[in-house]
Amino acid sequence: MKYKKFLFFIMIPILCVTLQATHPESPVHAFSSQVIQQGAVGDDVIELQARLQYLGFYNGKIDGVFGWGTYWALRNFQYEFGMEIDGLAGQSTKDKLAQASNYDEQYVKEQLNQGNKFTHYGGTDNKNQTNQGGGEGDQSEDAPATGNTSVNVPQGYSQNDIQLLANAVYGEARGEPYVGQVAVAAVILNRVESPTFPNNASGVIFEPRAFTAVADGQIWLTPNETAKEAVLDAINGWDPTGNALYYFNPDTATSSWIWTRPQIKQIGKHIFCK
Amino acid sequence: MIRWIIIAVLAIGVTGTAFWGYQEHQEKNAVLIQAENTYQRSFHELSYHVDLLHDKIGSALAMNSGQSLSPQMVDIWRLTSEALSNVGQLPLGLLPFNKTEEFLSNIGDFTYKTAVRNLDDEPLSEEETNSFEELYQQSGDIKDELRQVQHVVLDNNLRWMDVQLALANGEEQVDNTIVDGFQTVEKTVEGYSESNVDSPIVGTSSQDHAYKGINGEKISEEQAREKGKEILDVKDAEKLHVTKSGDGADIPTYSISYKDNKKSAYMDLTEQGGHPITVLVKRQIKDKQISLNEGMEKAKDYLAKYQFKDMELFLSSQYDNIGVYSFLYNQGGVRVYSDALEIKVALDTGDILGLTARDYLMNHTEREIPEPTISEDEAKEAVNQKVEIQESFLAVIDNDLGEEVLTYEFLGIMGNETYRIFINAMDGREEKVEKLDGAEANYAANS
Repeated sequence: MKYKKFLFFIMIPILCVTLQATHPESPVHAFSSQVIQQGAVGDDVIELQARLQYLGFYNGKIDGVFGWGTYWALRNFQYEFGMEIDGLAGQSTKDKLAQASNYDEQYVKEQLNQGNKFTHYGGTDNKNQTNQGGGEGDQSEDAPATGNTSVNVPQGYSQNDIQLLANAVYGEARGEPYVGQVAVAAVILNRVESPTFPNNASGVIFEPRAFTAVADGQIWLTPNETAKEAVLDAINGWDPTGNALYYFNPDTATSSWIWTRPQIKQIGKHIFCK
Repeated sequence: MIRWIIIAVLAIGVTGTAFWGYQEHQEKNAVLIQAENTYQRSFHELSYHVDLLHDKIGSALAMNSGQSLSPQMVDIWRLTSEALSNVGQLPLGLLPFNKTEEFLSNIGDFTYKTAVRNLDDEPLSEEETNSFEELYQQSGDIKDELRQVQHVVLDNNLRWMDVQLALANGEEQVDNTIVDGFQTVEKTVEGYSESNVDSPIVGTSSQDHAYKGINGEKISEEQAREKGKEILDVKDAEKLHVTKSGDGADIPTYSISYKDNKKSAYMDLTEQGGHPITVLVKRQIKDKQISLNEGMEKAKDYLAKYQFKDMELFLSSQYDNIGVYSFLYNQGGVRVYSDALEIKVALDTGDILGLTARDYLMNHTEREIPEPTISEDEAKEAVNQKVEIQESFLAVIDNDLGEEVLTYEFLGIMGNETYRIFINAMDGREEKVEKLDGAEANYAANS
C-alpha cells in the first residue's frame, strides 16, 4: 500500500512532464461526453472542479455542484487559454482542461466519501491537502453514489426550509394527487408573500390554528420524496391554485366564514380560495 | 391472610394510580399554562405595539424636516411588522382578522416607501399628509378597541385557551369576550377600507394588475380539451377531466387533469386565447440519460413550439434527475425580469415535466424601453469598488416601489461570493444588490 502510494506520487510529475512534452493522444478517461453547464451536479462537475483547482483557477470547495465559483473559474480558464468565454464546458474546453491538468480521481473520491476538507492543487503533495475532520472515519454508506457533498437549492432557501415545508405538505395533503400537494405548498408560499400573514415559511406554518396538521401533530410524520418534490416545484414558481390563500376540505370544514371566501377551484378534495 | 395481602396490594395499586394520575394532571397543567402564557404575551404585546404605533404616527404628523421624519417612519414600519408578528402568534386562524392585518401592513408599506425617499427633496404631498392623518385616527380607534379587550381580559382573568377551544369546536354562538372584541376590531377596520381605496396608502403591488400578456379569442371547453390532449401528450381526449375556474380566480381558466397508472398530469389554460399558465406532469423518473445542457435544448424547443419568442436562459439547476430552467424575455438585447417563465425537464427521456408562465402572461407586453442616459462605464462607477465586475447586461426590473426601471445589471465577485447588482440606467441609482448562492452543503450526506 505504502509502496503504491509512493509510486503514485512519483508518477504525477513524470506524467505531467510527458503530457506537456508529447501532447498525448486523447487522454485516457476525462469527462463524459456531456456539455457541462451551470447548475449541473455529478461526477463530471467534481472532475471539472478538481481540474480547475489543479491549475489554480478554482479555490472553492470541490463539492460536485456547478455554482458561481466554478462558473467564474471556468471563464477565467477559457480567458487564459484564449478560448471563447462562455462558461460552458464543451468538448474543446474539456480537451484543453484534460491536457493541461491532472485528475487524481481515486484521491478526490476517497476524500469526498470520508467527508474530509481537502484541496487538489497541482504540484502539492496530496498528503498536505487533506484536513481530517468532519467525517470522523464514518464511511457513511448513505452518502449519495455521486460523491457530491453539496446539493442545489433554490435561491434563498435551505434544505431545512424545504424539509419543513415538506413536513407540512405531507401532514396536510399526503392523500392528495401530486398537483394537490404542489397546491398546498403554493398556498403556504402565497401566504408568506401576502401582507396579512407572517412573512416567513415557519411563521405561516406554525401560526396557531392555521393548519390542522400542525394542531394534531401530523406535521411530524416523515415526509416522502413526492412531498419534497412538490415543495421544490412550488418554490420554483409553480402555483396550480392561481394565487390562493386559503383552502379547505368541504366535507370537514367547521368554520362558516371559510365558505364566504371567493373560490378559485377545486383540486382533489380541497377547495382553494382567495 | 391472603385476603389481607390482596387488600394491601390493591391499596398500593390505588395509591400508585392516584399518584400517577395526579402527576399527569400536574404536567398537563404546566403545559397548558406555558401555552397560555405564550398567547398572553403575544396579545399584550400586540396592544402595546398598536398603542405605540398610534403615538408614533401622532408625533410624525407634527414633524417637519426629513431628518427627523425618515427615522420616525422607519420606526413605525418596524412597529407594524412587530404587531403583525404578534397577530401571527395568536390562535385566530379561523377568525376573520385579515382586514386588520391588511391595515397594519398598509401602514407599513406607506411608511417604508416614505422612509426610503429623500423627504427633503420630495416632501409629503398634501394628499399623503391627509391620508396619514386619517391613519392616525384609524389606528387610534383600533388602539382603543384593543385596549378595551385587554382590560376585560385582565379584569375577568380570561384565558386564550378557551378561545382556542371555542374556535376549535366551532361553537360560534359561544359568548366569548375575546372573540367578540377581535370581531369588533375587524368590523371597525372594514369600515375604513372603503374610504382608503383611493388614497395612496393602499399600495399597488406589481402583482395586482390584470394579465397583460393574454390575447386572442375565447376558447370553448372542447377546444381546451384538444389543447390539453396535445400539451399533456395524452392519446384519448375523453380521459381528460376539464373544469372551469370559480369566481375567485384572477382570470377565467380551464383546469385539465389526467391520471393513469404511469403518470398524472395537470394544467391550467386561460379561457381567453388558450394560453397554458401551469403545466405539471408527475411520473417516475428513471436514470439520467441526458445532460442538463441537452435538457435546456429541449426546453428551448418547447418554448419555440408554443410561441414564447425571444426567451433567453437565465438560470438552470439540476435536482436529482430533473432539470429546472428559468427563462427571461429579451427585448432587443434588454432582459426583462418580470416576463419570466420556468420549465422542468425530465433528464431520462427529455420530456417536459412542467411549465409555469404566470409571471410571463401577467406582465408580458412590448415595452417602450428608453435609451439609457448614462453609459455603462458611468454605471460601473456607481458599483462598490471592491466588487470585481465580470459580466454586464441591460435589464428591466421591478424596483422597491414596484415600478419597472431600466438598469445596467452587473455580475461581480467580492471575496468568494458572487453578486448581482442593478444600477438605474437613467440616474445611476443603485436599485438592487443580491448575493447569489444556490448550492448548500448536503447535510444528509455529511452526517
